[in-house]
Amino acid sequence: MKKIYMDYAGTNPTHPAVLDSMMPYFKEHFANPLSIYEPALKAREAIENARQSTASLINAKPAEIIFTSSGAESNNFALKGIAYANQKKGSHIITSRMEHHSILNTVRFLEKSGFRVTYLNVDNNGVIDPSDVEKAITDETILISLIHASPEIGTIEPIAEIAKITNKKGIIFHTDAVSSAGNIPIDVKELGVDLLTLSAHQFYGPKGAAALYLKEGTRIIPLIYGGIQEGGRRAGTENVPAIVGMGKAAELAESEMMDRIKHLAPLRNKIISNTLNKVKKVMLTGHPKERLPGHASFVVEYIEGEAMLLLLEGNGIYCASGSACTSRALKSSPVLASIGVPDHIAQGSVVFTIGQETTEEDIDYFNETFPKVIGKLREMSPFTKGWEGLEDPECTAKK
Amino acid sequence: MYSEKVMDHFNNPRNVGEIPDADGIGSEGNPVCGDMMKIFIKVDEEKITDIKFKTFGCGAAIAVSSMITEMAKGKTLDEALAITKESVADALDGLPAQKQHCSNLGAEALHKAIEDYKNKQSG
Repeated sequence: MKKIYMDYAGTNPTHPAVLDSMMPYFKEHFANPLSIYEPALKAREAIENARQSTASLINAKPAEIIFTSSGAESNNFALKGIAYANQKKGSHIITSRMEHHSILNTVRFLEKSGFRVTYLNVDNNGVIDPSDVEKAITDETILISLIHASPEIGTIEPIAEIAKITNKKGIIFHTDAVSSAGNIPIDVKELGVDLLTLSAHQFYGPKGAAALYLKEGTRIIPLIYGGIQEGGRRAGTENVPAIVGMGKAAELAESEMMDRIKHLAPLRNKIISNTLNKVKKVMLTGHPKERLPGHASFVVEYIEGEAMLLLLEGNGIYCASGSACTSRALKSSPVLASIGVPDHIAQGSVVFTIGQETTEEDIDYFNETFPKVIGKLREMSPFTKGWEGLEDPECTAKK
Repeated sequence: MYSEKVMDHFNNPRNVGEIPDADGIGSEGNPVCGDMMKIFIKVDEEKITDIKFKTFGCGAAIAVSSMITEMAKGKTLDEALAITKESVADALDGLPAQKQHCSNLGAEALHKAIEDYKNKQSG
């Protein structure tokens, strides 16, 4: 059976040209970039080339790029680094209910350390209202961190519009662009943010390489102390092959971006229209238009997400879900709750994210298979026409 | 994640459906938690002659439902009441720890169906 990978939001395969670019830095150019002999200079030069390519992808200056090990590290670094660098100015942070765990768990840590956090609500499409940002700002606000695009529901947030407000008020603005950078055009000047997180494995680069864009002149406290790597802002011997791979992936993403989007958007639209037309009681989650080009996410009523995933896998399709049973914590996705999906319907969450390897035939096969999978599970479901007997609106069993 | 037996019962569930003139019906769970199952039994001379299920839930919940219908079919009510969460999980060659608590609802649903039958008899 053919296997169809539809979890690009989870991670991407490494582009073959990216892998090729990395190999010499495991082999002949293995030297520590901090050393002064010839092979070390070669490694250092490769890092600076990668910095140039990564900066170019988002129209930043090379000096504004700090390499890290992951999107989670960049997010931790941005929040803790800015909060502690500005704690004399104030202690209020603004974020939203759409954020990734690496933002939410970091602000929770900061809350325990004495910072105050406002969590902005979103509308039913998952969009943050810029006027809500403005209203939440106080004299104490030192940092605003909002996601650029959601890996769970695909919605792209109005970051540029929000940045007009933060710039006017002089408040540092970070965006977590892990799901969007390398996938849709990003220009940090146009976006107007002060910090931006990007991660290589979300645009066909290797895992273990990510970056934080830090606008020139923005003061930050390091997360990792040690040597003078990354200008003393991020210590630790550089992961040279991964950084080189990120640079190559950024270069490819920049030159191929429009072709990639042209490949993805029509396939995504086919998934959405076929599913909504063929299946009853299914809803698209996230914004219908302002969404990532390869992202289709749904909630399907009367059945549960993990069962859908297992049955889809049985048919060769790999995908994701935000249902409680698929999460190790046995809690359904807070993002689905934030867009007003009730808990029992959030159990039917399923997320399909496609990429450059996805073909038209894959989507035709998917469109044939997905309604059958839903049909099979609905035959087993005690719910057919409505949520009869839904008494207790709270799940008490797991508490 | 799941044993071969769980996957077999999930992919080829036994006794799916409803019994319109059931002698006892039992349901357990809450869709808000992610799992809910309903068991229908037909009883003749204190023996379960037919049993069917309908389940909303994850792979484990569906496999548990299917397995318990196989275990209970043809059993006396007392024998069926002796089926426990643990014996269902054992019959499936085990369940992941996090599924044992929330998705293993078959025994409760079956016991409730038997209780429902007994209440109807005495009522």
